[in-house]
Amino acid sequence: MLVDINNLHISFRSRTGVFEAVRGISMNIGAEKFGIVGESGSGKSVTARAIMKLLPNNAVIEADRLAFDGIDILAADEKTMRGIRGKRAGFILQDPKYSLNPVKTIGVQIAEAWYTHKGGTRREAMQAAITLLDQVKIRDPKAVAALYPHEVSGGMGQRAMIAMMMAPDPELLIADEPTSALDATVQAEILRLMEDLVSSRGMGLILISHDLPLVSHFCDRVAIMYAGKVMEEIRAAELNRARHPYTRGLLECIPSLLQPKEQLAVLNRDPAWMNP
Amino acid sequence: MIDVEHLRIRFGEREAVKGVSFTVPTGDSFGIVGESGSGKSTILRAVAGLNERWDGRIAFNGVNAPLKRPPAFFRKVQMVFQDPYGSLHPRQTIDRILSELPMVHGMPDIEQRVEKALSDVALPPTVRFRFPHQLSGGQRQRVAIARALIAEPEVILLDEPTSALDVSVQAEILNLLVDLRRRRGLTYILVSHNLAVVSHLCPRLGVMLDGEMVEQLSSDDLRAGRIKHPHTAELRALTVELEDPVEV
Repeated sequence: MLVDINNLHISFRSRTGVFEAVRGISMNIGAEKFGIVGESGSGKSVTARAIMKLLPNNAVIEADRLAFDGIDILAADEKTMRGIRGKRAGFILQDPKYSLNPVKTIGVQIAEAWYTHKGGTRREAMQAAITLLDQVKIRDPKAVAALYPHEVSGGMGQRAMIAMMMAPDPELLIADEPTSALDATVQAEILRLMEDLVSSRGMGLILISHDLPLVSHFCDRVAIMYAGKVMEEIRAAELNRARHPYTRGLLECIPSLLQPKEQLAVLNRDPAWMNP
Repeated sequence: MIDVEHLRIRFGEREAVKGVSFTVPTGDSFGIVGESGSGKSTILRAVAGLNERWDGRIAFNGVNAPLKRPPAFFRKVQMVFQDPYGSLHPRQTIDRILSELPMVHGMPDIEQRVEKALSDVALPPTVRFRFPHQLSGGQRQRVAIARALIAEPEVILLDEPTSALDVSVQAEILNLLVDLRRRRGLTYILVSHNLAVVSHLCPRLGVMLDGEMVEQLSSDDLRAGRIKHPHTAELRALTVELEDPVEV
């Protein structure tokens, strides 16, 4: 198992008390496309960050087991984590505008990722960066490598982000809402690209999204989270036949182009979902 | 109610809107869809009077709107923005946010108007003395709608009103908007990138591509695929692809 999570709790201490964001979840993720869906505040993003130990200092992580490829994340020191972050597990965030360095060209940033993890000369790193840009299907990789992030579109920026994450040949890619800031046409392209890369390299992928239909089409398995707990875990293709009332409720309140409704269904939250 | 004719807007060298025309009858709602940068929000801001540099004609009830709108205009035409986190003053209470507009326009009975606006958008009266950060995203968007309603407008311009919200909250806000339009005979222009949201709220819509409105059609035609322009077909295909259940 690439990622092994058992009874994970994440809480945040603040001036006024302790807030428990994740309340005992378990997941096993291999070399597959695994989706985590839920509303904002359901704990999906903090779960992903906990795997990389990328939470602020006031966060308390507790688990019976939290492991990446057999390495105990909870016991790991910073040095071990640096060997995992970026190198063995890449992280793609929502908006390339904020996750790329605005004062370095795209080529230099990708070369830096390659050089840090693989060594070699600067010249080799730059060559590798151009090859990677080509792999993420950028038409003129040499010209794009010389551009700054503000000079490219959102879709191009996200491709550059993916190229950077691919540089050290990671075994796992975590994508947190990678396409929510992009147009529908670009979204389809980016997903197709991620699909190609993940299947051709035999990587694992964790896709975090609020978009149920998208996850259902793209992933193999999906976990549905609500208020820090996993409501159910099912095969993504069977999402439309989900049984859990929360999942059903979410699916039913999505407006549809093809099946219009006079009035949209509203989600009635059952207090029992808090403690399944 | 609203006539837009040959609307052109340029920012420096770049022409963002290249001669767009459409008409919205009273009590109707018109949707504008398109990708980012296609000019859809730019049109809405010009109609709202937030941009004073445009060419062409914008008319309400047959009366041409001047480039600089008189104060009374902003009572009749109100706008609701995308991000309820950014559009409410963080250090003002909901009461202050809602009473500002009637105060500016010298409207009487502010107290009752604020109470009524909150009940119109189905918020509890206790919300009145809270701050925006104490409310959820959906509640904040309701406050933004209440602020638009308190002016007793005839037209509400909606710029991606639900795209920052969860689908569960989106459904509540869309139901509220449908209900308000019906009860008060409001006229809407809705800008969104989501075809399902637009077709739910608007019987007619226009498709923007690179500053031009390449097609206007009814939601029924869009649904049935009676489409003329390839860009409309492309946007529809992307929506339909995700709506189709996955083959197992």
